[in-house]
Amino acid sequence: MTYDLDYAALAPEIILALTVMGVLTVDVLVPRRLKYWSAVVALGGMLLSAAAILMLFVDNSGASMFDGSYVVDEFSLTMKALFLAAGYIVLLMSVNYIESDRFYQGEYYFLLMASILGSLVMASARGFIVMFIGLELVTAPLFMLAGWRKGDRRSNEAALKFFLLGVLSAAILGWGMSFIFGLTGEVRFDAVAQALSGVLADDATRPAAVVAILFVLAGFAFKISAVPFHFWAPDTYEGAPTPVTAYLAVSSKAAGFVGLIVVVYRAFPTAGDVWGPALWGIAALSMTVGNLTALNQKNIVRMLAYSSVAQGGFMLVPFAAAAASGGDIAADAISATVVYLAIYLFMNLGAFAFIIAATKHTKSGDVDSYAGLSQKAPGLAVLGVIFFFSLAGIPPLAGWFAKLVMFKTAIGASATLGWTLAVVAAVNAVIAFYYYARVVKAMWFEEPQGEASLEATPGSLKLALLLCAAAVLVLGILPSIVSSVGASAAQILGG
Amino acid sequence: MDLWTNGAGLSLMVALPVVGAVILGFMPKKGEEAIKWVGLLTSLVTLGLAVAAAFVFDYDHSEVFQLGTNRPWIDALNSSYEIGIDGISLPMLVLSAFVTVLSIIYSWNHWEEPKNPKAFLMLILLLEAGMIGTFIALDLILFFIFFEVVLLPMYFMIGIWGDRSERTVPVFNMVVETRLYASLKFFVFTLFGSAFMLLGFLALYFNAPVQTFSIPGLIEQAPALAALPFAGLIFAGLFLGFAVKVPMWPLHTWLPDAHTAAPTVGSVLLAAILLKLGTYGFIRIAIPILPEAALDFAPLIAVLSVIGIIYGSLACLAQTDMKRLIAFSSIGHMGFVMLGVSTMTEVGLNAAVIGMVAHGVITGMLFFLAGSMHHRYHTRDMARLGGNLVLMPKLGWILSFTAMASLGLPGLAGFWGEFMALLSAFNPQNGLPTGLFNTALVAGAIGTVLTAGYLLWMLQKTNLGEPSEEWADSNFPDADKYELAAWIPLLIATVAIGVFPKIVFGASEGAVAALIEKAFGG
Repeated sequence: MTYDLDYAALAPEIILALTVMGVLTVDVLVPRRLKYWSAVVALGGMLLSAAAILMLFVDNSGASMFDGSYVVDEFSLTMKALFLAAGYIVLLMSVNYIESDRFYQGEYYFLLMASILGSLVMASARGFIVMFIGLELVTAPLFMLAGWRKGDRRSNEAALKFFLLGVLSAAILGWGMSFIFGLTGEVRFDAVAQALSGVLADDATRPAAVVAILFVLAGFAFKISAVPFHFWAPDTYEGAPTPVTAYLAVSSKAAGFVGLIVVVYRAFPTAGDVWGPALWGIAALSMTVGNLTALNQKNIVRMLAYSSVAQGGFMLVPFAAAAASGGDIAADAISATVVYLAIYLFMNLGAFAFIIAATKHTKSGDVDSYAGLSQKAPGLAVLGVIFFFSLAGIPPLAGWFAKLVMFKTAIGASATLGWTLAVVAAVNAVIAFYYYARVVKAMWFEEPQGEASLEATPGSLKLALLLCAAAVLVLGILPSIVSSVGASAAQILGG
Repeated sequence: MDLWTNGAGLSLMVALPVVGAVILGFMPKKGEEAIKWVGLLTSLVTLGLAVAAAFVFDYDHSEVFQLGTNRPWIDALNSSYEIGIDGISLPMLVLSAFVTVLSIIYSWNHWEEPKNPKAFLMLILLLEAGMIGTFIALDLILFFIFFEVVLLPMYFMIGIWGDRSERTVPVFNMVVETRLYASLKFFVFTLFGSAFMLLGFLALYFNAPVQTFSIPGLIEQAPALAALPFAGLIFAGLFLGFAVKVPMWPLHTWLPDAHTAAPTVGSVLLAAILLKLGTYGFIRIAIPILPEAALDFAPLIAVLSVIGIIYGSLACLAQTDMKRLIAFSSIGHMGFVMLGVSTMTEVGLNAAVIGMVAHGVITGMLFFLAGSMHHRYHTRDMARLGGNLVLMPKLGWILSFTAMASLGLPGLAGFWGEFMALLSAFNPQNGLPTGLFNTALVAGAIGTVLTAGYLLWMLQKTNLGEPSEEWADSNFPDADKYELAAWIPLLIATVAIGVFPKIVFGASEGAVAALIEKAFGG
């Protein structure tokens, strides 16, 4: 066993780790009115880290460390780039939001950056131990961030619920992992995969292995807030500060999906008959329950919480399809999930940035308070249409492509389990339109109540909105860009 | 010419309206005149291109896709930017550009609440891009995108400028404004259909021996696709998508609501073009790619069409609202188009194509008239109207003329579609139950009588007689110059197509003959 570290390949993580320290140091050193420098350092650090990822891409030399438990390859670099993009936009959304609360700025950025660092570790993890560390590094800071608005009881509730269920899910995940280790004697995914086929073939050990696999799935299902493990999401989303909610709904969820992709396709490739039907059920339930519950929500953030449960269901469809095809279309399925994640990242972050920007006009979280926003702030209302109709999957906004690749794998599986799930997804896509359209209807078709705010949208928030809107429009018309992201993620099957 | 070699001309017809809409977006709201001119000019240039395309089009080979191109677009999906027109899409293309121009001219001094010409014109232009795009697309994914793009502008048109009266929503028992109810219903119905249509497209892709989304490419592989055990299921998916759009009974319920609630120009574009996207989909995609399954479905389509004809006509007779009557008449007329399609014969498909064009011209005109009358009377309740011919002779005569055209008077455009659809039902494609189609013929013939009945009844209610006391002293302005400028071209087209159906057949005949030959072996 060697512990030779490839510092070049670790550069993105190292830069980010240094930035995390830097943020805290700056917070200690600068006077109160200059606290926003923490954010500047954080943004700069992320750009540097992204540059390092870009150079590793160009360099195209992979690295494998800790006996193959920590791997830098095309898949991990792609996912890291996505995590950084999402983190960057969340940071832009946070700057003024946190500043206006006027406390603990430095700590906020410190925790957020630590969570982002965790998601980078997740992307490289190829063994249960590293994966577990990465996942907890993503989640633990979020327990505190969710309760950031100390004076708000709902924020406290959000943090507590998230904490209790987060710890529970970690326990379930750890339990499942330890069982797998007990059965196979391995923690590295490739080695687990080899040993697992034998374990599954043996009638004496099979039941234990099946239970262990299901527990691992359940652990991840908590992270991606899939039904029936979603109960924490709506309350946490509603109570947490909105940028943190955006991070939870996008980055934290994406981290869960990255974990799921790696574990399912690298550690359990021979157990498709176990996780396939399980994920089929979770996908169908998430789409249906998420959408039907979203229909009744009055609060826009709660509505988006249920919508993100449903969107998570759509992202699970390719998994079930890959299993149904007997692994034939695994590459397509991974690509579809990652493409969906990448597009979801921009449209959902955009929707949250829109909500932050609109709050000064609506002064409430009720969908009804968005009435007449098109007259108060036409430009913002157009952006709202772009993000919400993209979430609904209406062309030419990027969401259509995400749905298309998802449908494509489901039909491409050429199996009953595939196309039945496609039909469930098709019906759900129509149901989902109804509640997304409700926001658009309120903004454009209803008369405004109350005055428009004269307060300008802060520059960093504007930048976040524009980045997301541009991505949604460009990717919708030229989806080749994002499908290449999916293709390089699918490389995980290769080595 | 360069413009027509690389699909530049056709692409430009989609791009220009989008560019026009973007330019309008950056123009100050106050310069209303300038806004109107930019909108009009954009649509005029687009129409110019469409007319030019009709001139360079090679009518001797109307079955070949012309003036198009095929470029890589989404490699990962094997989907490409493949466009082109044949003798079936050409008339639809010209019709779309033509009606858009007239809609903008009509809008010139008819802005419905809450006005805002800038936003309204932007939506019209985006709608035009979507409509034209659908008619030139030769790739299923591209087709799907344009098919859906059309929804957004129409949704906003109905939702913002639509009917503000209140109504009760069935089942839920809520009271909402009609425009809100109608816009949502329109969108959800179409979305439901197109979701299954998309699944059908994907199933075609995966089951073709050479995986492709290209429509001509899939037509070439029709024999292999016909052998699929679930070809019928794929056809059912496509059927759902197109039938909602047509709309065929019993999927039609969104139509009366959407048409009635939409602003005048919205109703015109909806009736004249949007409904045709459905019938066009049948002719372009469903039948040539899955001919065997189409034959299996033909009796069902015929039966639903006839029900639509009879049901639409009877529903018309029960209406009190003039605009709603015209909306229901669309269900009947589109029933004739689909009856022609269902026979799967040359005569039937030609009937469908000319029926589509004629319905676009005539019903578009009727919606213009209903809008102008509502503009003046502020009601469309036929019980209160009457004596229109006395009050506004010009408008009255045009209404009489258009109603005659709509009931299928020989010599006017509406005749050919109805007559030939019935004719084709006499002798449907080999393998189809002749008895059933002949029954459909009889029922359709009864439908023509009913059609004449409700149109004459409408004329009697609105146009004839003396004005009631309510209006006797009114001094309504007769049709103004903008209205005439928008309507006269439509009237000319009605007569021209009626007298020289060759205008449409000249393009469609060859294409339809080749389509039938390829699909059913002649």
